[in-house]
Amino acid sequence: MATIEVDGRRYTVDERDNLLQACLTLGLDLPYFCWHPAMGSVGACRQCAVTQYRDADDTQGALVMACMTPAADGTRISIADDQARAFRANVIEWLMIHHPHDCPVCEEGGHCHLQDMTVMTGHHRRRYRFAKRTHRNQYLGPFIGHEMNRCITCYRCVRFYRDYTGGDDLGAFGAGDNIYFGRHREGTLASPFAGNLTEVCPTGVFTDRTHAERYTRKWDLQFAPSICHQCAVGCNTSPGERYGEIRRIENRYHGEVNRFFLCDRGRFGHGYVNRDDRPRRPEWRERAGKARVLEVDEALERGGEALSRARRVIGIGSPRASLESNHQLCELVGEANFSTGIAEREQACLARMQRLNRDAGLPTPTLRDIEAHDAVLVLGEDLIESAARLGLAVRQAVLGRREALAAERDIPAWNAEAVMTLAQDARHPMFIAYPTATELDALAEQCLHRAPDDIARLGFAVAHAIDPAAPAVEGLDEATKALAERIAEALLAAQRPLVISGGSLESPALLEAAGNVARALAGWERRGGLTLVRREANSTGVALLGGRPLEWALDALGGGEADAVVVLENDLYQRLPGERVARALAAAGTVIALDHQRTATWEAARLGLPAASFAESDGTLVSLEGRAQRFYAVYEPRYLRPETRLHPSWRWLQALQASRERRAVPDVTLDALTRACARRHPALAGIVEASPGAETRVCGLKLARQPPRYSGRTALRADLDVSEPPPPPDPDTPFTFSMEGYAGFDRPHREVPFAWAPGWNSPQAWNKFTDEVGGHLRGGDPGARLLAPAAGLGGHVDAIPPSFTPEAGEWRLVVLPRLFGGEETSSRAAAIQARSPIPALRLAPADARRLDAAAGDRLVVETALARITLALHFDATLPDGLAGVPAGLAPGLMTGDAARVTLAPRDEGGAP
Amino acid sequence: MLTSLIAGTWSQLRTLGMVFRHAFRRRETVSYPEEAVYLPPRFRGRIVLTRDPDGEERCVACNLCAVACPVDCIALEKGEAEDGRWYPATFRINFSRCIYCGMCEEACPTSAIQLTPDFEMSEYRRQDMVYEKADLQIDGPGKDHDYHFYKVAGLAIAGKDKGEAQDERPPRDVRTLLP
Repeated sequence: MATIEVDGRRYTVDERDNLLQACLTLGLDLPYFCWHPAMGSVGACRQCAVTQYRDADDTQGALVMACMTPAADGTRISIADDQARAFRANVIEWLMIHHPHDCPVCEEGGHCHLQDMTVMTGHHRRRYRFAKRTHRNQYLGPFIGHEMNRCITCYRCVRFYRDYTGGDDLGAFGAGDNIYFGRHREGTLASPFAGNLTEVCPTGVFTDRTHAERYTRKWDLQFAPSICHQCAVGCNTSPGERYGEIRRIENRYHGEVNRFFLCDRGRFGHGYVNRDDRPRRPEWRERAGKARVLEVDEALERGGEALSRARRVIGIGSPRASLESNHQLCELVGEANFSTGIAEREQACLARMQRLNRDAGLPTPTLRDIEAHDAVLVLGEDLIESAARLGLAVRQAVLGRREALAAERDIPAWNAEAVMTLAQDARHPMFIAYPTATELDALAEQCLHRAPDDIARLGFAVAHAIDPAAPAVEGLDEATKALAERIAEALLAAQRPLVISGGSLESPALLEAAGNVARALAGWERRGGLTLVRREANSTGVALLGGRPLEWALDALGGGEADAVVVLENDLYQRLPGERVARALAAAGTVIALDHQRTATWEAARLGLPAASFAESDGTLVSLEGRAQRFYAVYEPRYLRPETRLHPSWRWLQALQASRERRAVPDVTLDALTRACARRHPALAGIVEASPGAETRVCGLKLARQPPRYSGRTALRADLDVSEPPPPPDPDTPFTFSMEGYAGFDRPHREVPFAWAPGWNSPQAWNKFTDEVGGHLRGGDPGARLLAPAAGLGGHVDAIPPSFTPEAGEWRLVVLPRLFGGEETSSRAAAIQARSPIPALRLAPADARRLDAAAGDRLVVETALARITLALHFDATLPDGLAGVPAGLAPGLMTGDAARVTLAPRDEGGAP
Repeated sequence: MLTSLIAGTWSQLRTLGMVFRHAFRRRETVSYPEEAVYLPPRFRGRIVLTRDPDGEERCVACNLCAVACPVDCIALEKGEAEDGRWYPATFRINFSRCIYCGMCEEACPTSAIQLTPDFEMSEYRRQDMVYEKADLQIDGPGKDHDYHFYKVAGLAIAGKDKGEAQDERPPRDVRTLLP
């Protein structure tokens, strides 16, 4: 700790910080541009100048850049000094010389750091009379808009894009007055984290293009704390709504999970919520007839009657629905009739992962904690495709060597350029084993591209090399053996080794191999970690809740053991081959579907009940790190569209149960339901801690979902009725659908709908909510951890699979997860569809030559369950005998299945 | 007693006389609506949306009027034309809430929203006081005859490329090494 004096007042600060960090942590307003808490300082913009004094007698002082000056003990500075103020005002005037006078037509206006800083320095009149330099813009893909003239050359974009995410197609071109930030030529930005440029850029150079068409100022958006539903990482988001649509998703700071950044699937994949074809009213379908729209009462009556007539009702839950909804369905049908809605193989992997989290001896690190590990072994996961934000954290872990080297030489970690120059290419060791090349390969010390079974064998070999008690692998080739030994050596040399695996390849052997490595490491005195990647937002939670696999439910329906089924937010056709699902649904007398999308399952249902999506409902999800987190409804759909009948699934299911038992619908709040769920499932006991109760108040007020300057309250729905109704009540959460409530930053609270503080409209306002810049939320980071290793270690598993040998004329499928297009709901969003690459079949060049096929030729892939035509893509890294198909195309294609690949006949059409 | 009686009577008569004399004075009241009232040009009445000198919509849907409005009676939604020009896809003013303070006009960066000398907006139904964009848009530039936002701002639109706005140099060629 160091004591510094700012404008005559003494403060205690962290001496490892620079003065800018120290001042911002203290809550003092000091303008800055190029510094970013996650990226350190480079001193490029000269905006954070302060006057530093040598001692108490020094009245003159000298200007220093706060971001480049350590907060050493005894430092005396002044922010308010006239000299410093004049300097800062001049700097911003220079930065604004070429600024194009277009705030009214800029998608950054209203949450613009440049606007905030301009107001803060008091520069309000343009004195420069000469002509402005201009640049042409580029097309940067469907996500990011580009308006280069707004640039103030702070270099944040390229530092984030190149240094932080490892992208290489955005750069600074030209020099001096010519400087240009863009691609070498027009084209889609390749990085899956490009969306963060919209928040990293302090001006409107990079803006959210998906939102441009329906742009709304930040002050007009209604926000709620939400959890991203597009993968299992559990990033915190702030979706903003206006006119009954989610207009954009902003990052919501969470000190342990996503911190400042989201992946593009999470940021831009929300479009499915706004789809016009979403079911918004209950629908009743006679056999093969047209759907009839029903009122709520009639729908419930018919549904209740059908259920009470049925002999046995099966409930099919969903890993993309909240725990509360799944629990309520389980209550409706009974535990013996409840299926998780997850296919057998995936569920087996989930159960294994859950067991490994308990008995493999290593805890699951949070994303922030991952960045502190110093050796990484990835077994069978392409992290950028399956859990992108986690992949980004792993990248920081590997690059963490830079800070370690800098610390040895007393270079502060915030001095970004010095740290990078010192470290050059030095990295912590990372090893990746995956069937094909992954984006993180470039950072890895060694990679192994093999079939899943061979990757598992490598894992077992590593475990044996660390701990001789672990079973040895017979018949390993020399190269793999050497690799296993090198990995073991690197993991043992590390202070904090991290093992990452997951269910993407649906290989239990692979998970057991990762488990053996973890157990072997747990035997040594190391603070290691084990991260197991799940596929969907609530996969972890539903696995903890328990239930039978989807196949069991379909068999029970098909075999006539049950004659009614309730399907909760789950498109069964996405999980198992269509014929099998159709047979089972046809055999069931009554099919009731609850969903927020018009899926094939919805179309096949007798009764469809329109569920609220994450944007309109509240519930709890469990992320892959076992963190139970609550998401809150962003808006009430009936306020602007009175004809809609959207309700959270758990509410529908409560009503359905009441109707079936011919009693009144109980008035149960979400908190009570969460408590009931926690009581019923001991593994979920912690979820009650995931959210402050609905009765929580700050300064006696509920928390406002709308910013203080929300506009148009008396005109928004005046076309419907000139008399404004009161804001919709919200008994389930501590938030109001109104601007009347607490919206400040100075009283710590855990669930923050949007970041705003007086004078700070941009996302930089998060610094006001954290205990130190880049630290934790002052009110505590949201969520409750459910997974922790139990006391005893499980024994090593010795089910080592045989090595994979290709067979002539037959291929083994590997289904490769895709960030864009590989997930059910986000691939219904227009922006994600526009960004998804054209799906292609990957074959090793030798294999393709044997087929006499050239790149781009259409090939038919046929397994016992599915048939699909895809264009051929040569993949030199893929081992012979494997056929890589992208996920999300046909549910019948499963990793490990034998497939026949043939050239498509000429008349066969395009990809599905 | 007697003096106060005399003084009282005199006062009454004087008052009567004064009132009678006013019958011959010039009238201050106007027989509205038979007779039109004079409204100064800067009178703050009915709100209109004007067009720029080229006849295009001036409003760029920046939302500053809406946020400046103390009674929150303005709501609009941005639309974007093919050429990049912003325009309000919808624009609604709830005149039953409007207090004619003129803050919207003051906030408008493009001179689009203007208050006019017209107050004759009475309706029998309050719902009819809700004006949509078609009710607000007029065909002329209103009080500000010359201002053309897009000629000043750096955003490129059809007919005005980058570098053609006020005080702008032609776009730079990033690939050249010449200064």
